[in-house]
Formats: sequence, C-alpha cells, structure tokens
Amino acid sequence: MRKSPVTIRVDRAFGPVVEGEAVVSDEGFSPRYDLDRWSGVITKPGHQLEGVNIRDKILFFPTAKGGIAAGWAFYDIKAKGIAPKALIFGVTNPVMVQGAVFANLTITEGWSRDPRKCIRTGDIVRVDPGVKTIRLLERA
Amino acid sequence: MRLTAEERGMLRGARGDTVRRALELQLEVGKFYGARRFVPVTNVHMMGDIEVMGDGGLDHLRRLAKDKARCEIPITTNARCFDFAHVERLGQDAAEAAKEHELIGCLRRMNVMTTDTCINYQTLYQPRLGERLAWGDTGTVIWANSVCGARTNFESGPAAMAAAMTGRVPEYGYHLDRHRRGTFVVEVAAALDDYAEWGALAKRVGESHQSYYAVPVFTGIKRAPTADQLKHLGASLASYGSMAMFHMVGVTPEASTLAAALGGSRPKEKMRITRADIDRVFAGYRNLDGSCNFVVFSGPQQSLLEMKLLSELFDGRRVHAGTTVFVTTANGVLAAARALGYAQTLEAAGVTILEGVCVYILQNLTRMRAANGWTNMISNSAKIVNTITAHKFNTILRRTRDCVDIACTGVFR
Repeated sequence: MRKSPVTIRVDRAFGPVVEGEAVVSDEGFSPRYDLDRWSGVITKPGHQLEGVNIRDKILFFPTAKGGIAAGWAFYDIKAKGIAPKALIFGVTNPVMVQGAVFANLTITEGWSRDPRKCIRTGDIVRVDPGVKTIRLLERA
Repeated sequence: MRLTAEERGMLRGARGDTVRRALELQLEVGKFYGARRFVPVTNVHMMGDIEVMGDGGLDHLRRLAKDKARCEIPITTNARCFDFAHVERLGQDAAEAAKEHELIGCLRRMNVMTTDTCINYQTLYQPRLGERLAWGDTGTVIWANSVCGARTNFESGPAAMAAAMTGRVPEYGYHLDRHRRGTFVVEVAAALDDYAEWGALAKRVGESHQSYYAVPVFTGIKRAPTADQLKHLGASLASYGSMAMFHMVGVTPEASTLAAALGGSRPKEKMRITRADIDRVFAGYRNLDGSCNFVVFSGPQQSLLEMKLLSELFDGRRVHAGTTVFVTTANGVLAAARALGYAQTLEAAGVTILEGVCVYILQNLTRMRAANGWTNMISNSAKIVNTITAHKFNTILRRTRDCVDIACTGVFR
C-alpha cells in the first residue's frame, strides 16, 4: 500500500469505519428499482452499473433515486449477506439515510471533490464517518 | 441534539427497550442531518408489505411484536402487494401471501391500523396547516406538505414505526421553514384537464429537477385543479423528481402569492410549460409490439370520484377479449362504490377491481407480466408509468378516456 494524497471530505456521515473496493457511478441508485435484492446484482436494463454485484463494495452515486421502499431494502439485503460496505452519495434523501442507519450501514452525503474525477472503480478506499473523510488507499 | 428530560429518560429505557431502540435510530438520523431537537407528531403512515420488507424485515417485525412493541401515535399502513381474494387468479405465491398475513398480524399486535391505502389523505386523515406528521409513501408526503401545509419528511417504514412508538421525529428537512420555500418557478401556460395531463406536467418538471430539496412553484394556473388532479400532480412530482413539496400560487396554503411561496428567496430558475410541451409528453411514448392488452388505473389508488368517472366511461361497454384492466382502490372507497353501483358497472364491463393494493408493487408482477404476454402497460397515471418499468414493462401514458377506449376496443392510439 502506498501513500496517496487523494482525500474527499463529506458533509454528513453515519456508520462504522470501512475499507473496501470502490464502485463509482455517474447514475443515481435505487435499491428497489435498480437492484436484484436476491443476488445483489444491479439488474436495471441500461443502468450504468448493470451486471455489477454490490456485495461488500463501497458505492459512489451522485444522487438517490426512488421512494420510501428503500427504508427496508438495506436491512433485508444485509440480512441476506449481500449488502455493500458503504453508500457514498452526492445528494441523497432521508429514506436512504433512515434505511442505512436501520441496517447499520455506512452512509455519507455531500463531497468536497467529485469522486468521479479522483476515484476509479476497483480502487481500495477507506471511509471514516467519525472524521467525515474518504481516503484512497490503493489504486486498482 | 438538545434532548428533553423525557427523551433522555427514553434513551435510558424508561419506556422500555423497544422505545429506546426506536429513539436511538431517530437520534442517529437527526445527528446526520444536524437536527437541533425532536418535534412531536400527531399522525403516522407507514409502508410495510412483504415485497418491500423482505424476510429480513419480517424477522424484525416478529421480534418487535414478541417484545410487545406498541405504537402510541395513530399509525396507518400503505397499499400492500396482495389482495387476498385474487392471489390464485393472479398467479401469486401462496407462501409469500402467508407471510403477508403474518406480517399484518404482527402490525396489528403493535397497535398499527392496517388500512392498506396510499390515499390516506383522501380517505383517513386530513392534517391541518403546520401539523407535524411522519408519513411514508412519497405521494402522501407531497400531498401533506403541499396541499395541507402540514410538515413531514419522507419517512420509510422503520423510521415511521419509530415515530409512532416515540411520538416524535427529528426536526430537519421539511419541518424547517427554510426548506419549504420555492426553489424554482414553473409558469403553466396551458389549461390542464385530465389526470394524465397533470401527471405529464409533473413528469416534465420532475425529470429535469431531480432533488429531494427542489420545490417548484406553479404559477399562471388557468383552471385550478381538483383534489384528484392535485393527487396525480403530486404523486408524479415525487416519482420523477424525488420531490416532497410544491407550491401553486392561489391554490396551496403557503402560496397566497408568488412572493409568499418563495419566502423571500430568489428562484434559481423559471420554466414555462405550454400545451405543446404537454402534447410532446404524450407523443413521446412508443408501443413496442402494437399490443395494448394491459390497462391500469392505479398508483395512486382511485378515489370515489375516480371510481364514479370510470364507471360512467365503462358503462354499457365491454373490455376487449384478451385485455386485462386493473383498477385499484382502498377498502372504504370500494364499499362506497359498491353501495352506489359503480363497482358493479365496472365488473360487468370486465374490469378487475383490486382492493388495498397498488399494481406496481403486486407480488410476482414480473412473472405475471411474462405469463400474460403484457409488453406494454397503458395508464392515465404518470406515476405508475414511471415506477412499473422496474418490472420491465414498456409504458404508455394516455388520458383517462383514451385508456378506456383502448381497453374496450383493443385498438391502440
């Protein structure tokens, strides 16, 4: 592991410190409409991440999509063992936050640098909600 | 967050372990958003059905019911994924239906009113200006904030149940004046009539401004909308834009004037919607294979006035052979529609009325679609035209009369 200067500050954060493989998306996310909640694979036809398995990943999305249903979905996929390690949003909505807190999943909102410009899918990153930062640990 | 003595006591377990855990969940959400305090709520509406909760959610409910968790604030439930009278006919899974039965039992033991409706604001509870709520289902939230001037965020199932147990919510988002101000202005330069036209307006506005904190202010309204037209406008704004509030100058309670709706802030943008824009929405749908054998009046459930209109439009006609027409409504509305004969007229025409559900959350819908050869879904609801695409339908928005004509003739137009 080599030192990297890439650090993103986030505005709001909840959950445990996690490290894992990043998946960076240009498109928003709904756990109800984009995700197969039995396999953990994004199955929405035409979604930028179609075919990607989100299990144990650290997911970067610019926005949240979808309605109230997401509140139960994270808990359900965590119980099934297919949850991601963290959800990193540019802008999210309360349902995602309530659902992540309920499932004890790390979630953040707002970023000081656009991750699409400094983090690539496959990079290893560390999310520390206590100090509201995301750090690049290792390039893919 | 600043906590009262009562709230500190709840966190120590003074009202039991389930209330402590509920307040801890709410405290974390409040801290995330920088809420300064909790505020009391008087009414809660939650989404909880087996399709959305999954086995993990059902296990959670079982534990809560076993621990004698109890909701203290009146709490009602949203549309669910089974009408038990139609499970077999629709080819739904009996095992999942049994879980839904169990889930309903758990909720009732916890003092939840299992009302199964997404139009609680038309059938169950009409909040007043400034009243604080914890409502789930985005369509109910945008109605409460916009049409009633009540205050609620999107509250998902676990968060709504927590609010009903603790009697409060963290004060952030739409509980605060600063988030309720209009953020952009939409001049409506067309007189809109059919529900689908109000939904089309919302599609134009919502798709291009997706944000929970975007609050459109509609001006220039030539014909003030009815309750059902506002319902379709709001549900579609929430669906396409993830929005929780709108203003309509001269119509909604916090928008007596444009200045009042903007609350002293400057709008970020002004857009204008013309008749041509609305027509372009309808022209934008494509029929993939020429079929039109699935027509839906749902999402949100139909009010009694919508049931009456549909019964008039279907009266004396017959649904085309091979076509399925679903109408969904709430149990109270259906009882009235039966008493008034509207339901019988619809059923005589071959329409299937489903109670307490919404079509896009029906359990097993994807397989139902394949088994019945439904490629296209035609509806007058812009919301369901958006949400049901998750089940890989091609969807087409049409005005109410056109939907009925398509259903009865089998001819797409």
